[in-house]
Amino acid sequence: MSARFLAAGDTAVVVEFGDRIDREVSDRVLSLSARVRAVSIPGVLETVPTYRSLLVHHDPLLTDSASVIAALESLLHAQAAVGADSKLWTIPACYHETHAPDLAEVAQRTQLSVAEVVRQHAETCYHVYMIGFAPGFAYLGDLPQALNLPRRIDPRVKVPAGSIAIAAAMTAIYPVESPGGWHLIGATPLRMFDLRSSHPALLSAGDKVRFEPITPAKFDRIRAAVAADAYDVTYERFAA
Amino acid sequence: MTPALEVIAPGVHTTVQDRGRVGFQDIGVPTSGPLDRMSLRLANALVGNDAGTEALELLVQGPTLRVLAGSVRVALVGCNASLEIRTPVPRQIPAGQSVKLARGEVFRVGALGDSLCAYLAIEGGLAVSTVLGSASTYVRGAIGGLHGRRLQRGDTIPLKLDSAAERRERTLATPLELALDQTIRVVMGPQAEYFTDAGVRTFFSSEYVVSHHADRMGYRLEGPTIEHAKGYNIVSDGIVTGSIQVPGSGKPIVLMVDNQSTGGYPKIATVISADIPVVGRRRPGRTVRFAAIDVLEAERARKRQEAAIVEMVQAIADAG
Repeated sequence: MSARFLAAGDTAVVVEFGDRIDREVSDRVLSLSARVRAVSIPGVLETVPTYRSLLVHHDPLLTDSASVIAALESLLHAQAAVGADSKLWTIPACYHETHAPDLAEVAQRTQLSVAEVVRQHAETCYHVYMIGFAPGFAYLGDLPQALNLPRRIDPRVKVPAGSIAIAAAMTAIYPVESPGGWHLIGATPLRMFDLRSSHPALLSAGDKVRFEPITPAKFDRIRAAVAADAYDVTYERFAA
Repeated sequence: MTPALEVIAPGVHTTVQDRGRVGFQDIGVPTSGPLDRMSLRLANALVGNDAGTEALELLVQGPTLRVLAGSVRVALVGCNASLEIRTPVPRQIPAGQSVKLARGEVFRVGALGDSLCAYLAIEGGLAVSTVLGSASTYVRGAIGGLHGRRLQRGDTIPLKLDSAAERRERTLATPLELALDQTIRVVMGPQAEYFTDAGVRTFFSSEYVVSHHADRMGYRLEGPTIEHAKGYNIVSDGIVTGSIQVPGSGKPIVLMVDNQSTGGYPKIATVISADIPVVGRRRPGRTVRFAAIDVLEAERARKRQEAAIVEMVQAIADAG
């Protein structure tokens, strides 16, 4: 499977590795993204990894598409893999009904018990494919097959920040209050997006995420600690 | 007292914008910045600011402001409207010319007329803090600008200078061409193959009209339906300012400066960077026609435009 270069006007180049959601495709996207960041190509401003392609933005007054494509081609052929500095996050998740307005319905529609939905959701280690839709909104996959449901027919106008949601093969945490059509099956007390930080989004594409079930009482304790800036989120580093 | 402008009336949608926020699209934060970077740059040049200095972007109708500083120098660019100074001596200053105002003076920019957006630059710039390296306002994310939102009545906009420099006022040698009827040039793709030949022909042969659903995120166009070849969902990929998405309705949406960074609709074409300010000025009801060029031509068009702006800045002269 070879990469395809597509024009996105005169300010960006798309490097497309496939047309489906696939871990192998995602790894190639993220590997190229890490290489571009490691070498800094003249005139290239930023990269946006998505499920199946890498968008490379450049300044058309500092470089041109042909030069960017040539630089990307040589990076694609370079042997040395750049190990992205990725993190495995443990995200506390409260699946109690007070924080999970759609959990009962999800259980009913998947013909699983509530406990089984929670077990399957929390037992999976997720891959951060990309961030999009809204600041800090990370697409985590893949969800166990048994939990795949289409989006809600009636999207909510307001989904609270911290809501843990599922739709199709993905799960996500709403970083800020926003509209949303996903099924809400839990909530985290963590702040997923914080503008006071120089790296405002907790998660980056390529990270891994595990959910750790907590009680409503613990949810409240952690939320209070987060509000007081007295909570450290736990993660382990790993080489991608 | 901190030098400031008091907002007596906020206008329809007035925000602080500088050159934009670079480097955070991978976490879903758009670049924002001006819909019309040419006008922002010329307005800044007229008051002696660096090109990327933060200024006010006005949409549809401008604000009414009172000077709470020793003096300020301002300039309006991007529309055919005038700056109306109300008190103490009513007078009008056309767009494309700087003017110095004294403490207590009240001025307004009324309806922008033919243009959707215009820029009011203030000598020295605005004393708002930057967020992620930029003062630009991204309203949907409540990021940047003045409190992360558009101006409201009663706001005070802090200024960096308490008094404007003593010098002659300046004017553009020729007014900025708003190009309200210019054909919009696009580069095909990245998902042109998601449309039938007939769909592509429709896109290029039709006249589209900017709908009322036009904001800094994107301009929805009304007009003939563009036929998809293989559905209207793609596995999400990246979006740039200028991407033309065609969702299930078959009606194109031109993504603008507050565009989301990724999306799941196929993109038939991309507006070239030289024509983003041209689209930016098109208000609801104005027509849009598209023509395809290749990337090389798009790059040359942008360089020519840059040379033309540099020339306009150099040609700025003392007002008569």
